[in-house]
Amino acid sequence: MKRYWWKIVAVVFLFYTIIMGFLGPVPHLPVLHETIRNLYFHVTMWFGMMILLTVGLVNSILYLRKSDLKNDILAAEATNVSVLLGTLGLITGSIWAKYTWGAWWTNDPQLNGAAITMLAYLAYLLLRSSVEEEQKRARIAAVYNVFAYVMMVVFIGIIPKFTNVDSLHPGKGGNPGFNTYDLDRNLRLVFYPAIIGWTLLATWIMTLRIRLKNIQKL
Amino acid sequence: MLIKELKALLAKEVKLEFRNKYAFNGILLYVASTVFVSYLSFQKIVDPPTWNALFWIILLFAAINTVSKSFIQESKGLLLYYYTLAGPQAIILSKIIYNALLLVFISFVCYACYSLFIGNIVQNQVLFMASLALGSIGISSVLTLVSAIAAKTNNNLSLMAVLSFPIMMPLLITLIKVSKYAVDGVSLSVTYKYLLVLSLLDLIVLTLSYLLFPYLWRD
Repeated sequence: MKRYWWKIVAVVFLFYTIIMGFLGPVPHLPVLHETIRNLYFHVTMWFGMMILLTVGLVNSILYLRKSDLKNDILAAEATNVSVLLGTLGLITGSIWAKYTWGAWWTNDPQLNGAAITMLAYLAYLLLRSSVEEEQKRARIAAVYNVFAYVMMVVFIGIIPKFTNVDSLHPGKGGNPGFNTYDLDRNLRLVFYPAIIGWTLLATWIMTLRIRLKNIQKL
Repeated sequence: MLIKELKALLAKEVKLEFRNKYAFNGILLYVASTVFVSYLSFQKIVDPPTWNALFWIILLFAAINTVSKSFIQESKGLLLYYYTLAGPQAIILSKIIYNALLLVFISFVCYACYSLFIGNIVQNQVLFMASLALGSIGISSVLTLVSAIAAKTNNNLSLMAVLSFPIMMPLLITLIKVSKYAVDGVSLSVTYKYLLVLSLLDLIVLTLSYLLFPYLWRD
């Protein structure tokens, strides 16, 4: 019980998210209407992805400091799982966009940022698979990871502020969506558990993969 | 100490380039022939977005070809020899400075060549040239580090493009935006803040390369 309580939390929270996400009360905002329920899936998955990417970054920096291969495996698997979450986030976002904007993909700063993030981390995984030697691979990958993370933050956080392109994305460019005014109490009650739930589920997958890696090494 | 090492290493890079000019001439020929192929298919371009996009694509691939040789070309023994002579900071800085100078030169040659064949529709020359110069510094910093990474792997040339595109994207988007303004003839008083962003980005990538290279270096 001591060691697996968080797995129970993950399952309970995710069931709660799915049930309340589809059946619970939501505010009716212009443009979004019932599709605001995607907030519980799309947005929370991206949040989980960002949390795990940050875990990956911290472990990469720790590896560069201490050269402990444990950190490297953790960084790699955190990134692997966050790519999975990112892909799910892309799919849910794309389906949402098809029915709200009428296209699977639009030229939008938010969307481009997401695409670049995915490309950067897929490149990271490719880089890992192209080096054989363990220590060397760990070091090179850690360096690339730090670079990619900083550039991703710059791309998502800083560039859109200067280029003042209007975004169609909810919460940007005056559209209703995820910000303090619109996120009322009902939404919050599902939104935060959903973030915790996805993150814990991803962590669960990550620990399984790490154990698999450790067994394969023997 | 750092300055002294830097000077020596830079002098070495320049000397090496002068001795075997084939690399440099190769890039120039690459730029000329790419521009000519574009000329054959497009003739003159008057549409600003197309003009701008084609220019940056040509320049980007020329840049990747230019910078990729900076670590990949050098043999393991030679790198080991540098290691005994100079610190990693001096080596990465000398390579970045040298590549930036080379890229500035190549981008101006590319611009001249492109104007000659495809036509020059840039209305604000100063802004365009400033974006070329600032872009060269940033692209050189990213690509030099990526080439150091790629040199350590088995299939280095294809990795070079895959690894560098996503992390160059903030820089590229800003560059394309600034040069688009330059083509449209927007005055400097409106666009100076984009030049500031560009300089800031240059500073970020330069610092990252400078800080991260020592970890790549130890082998």
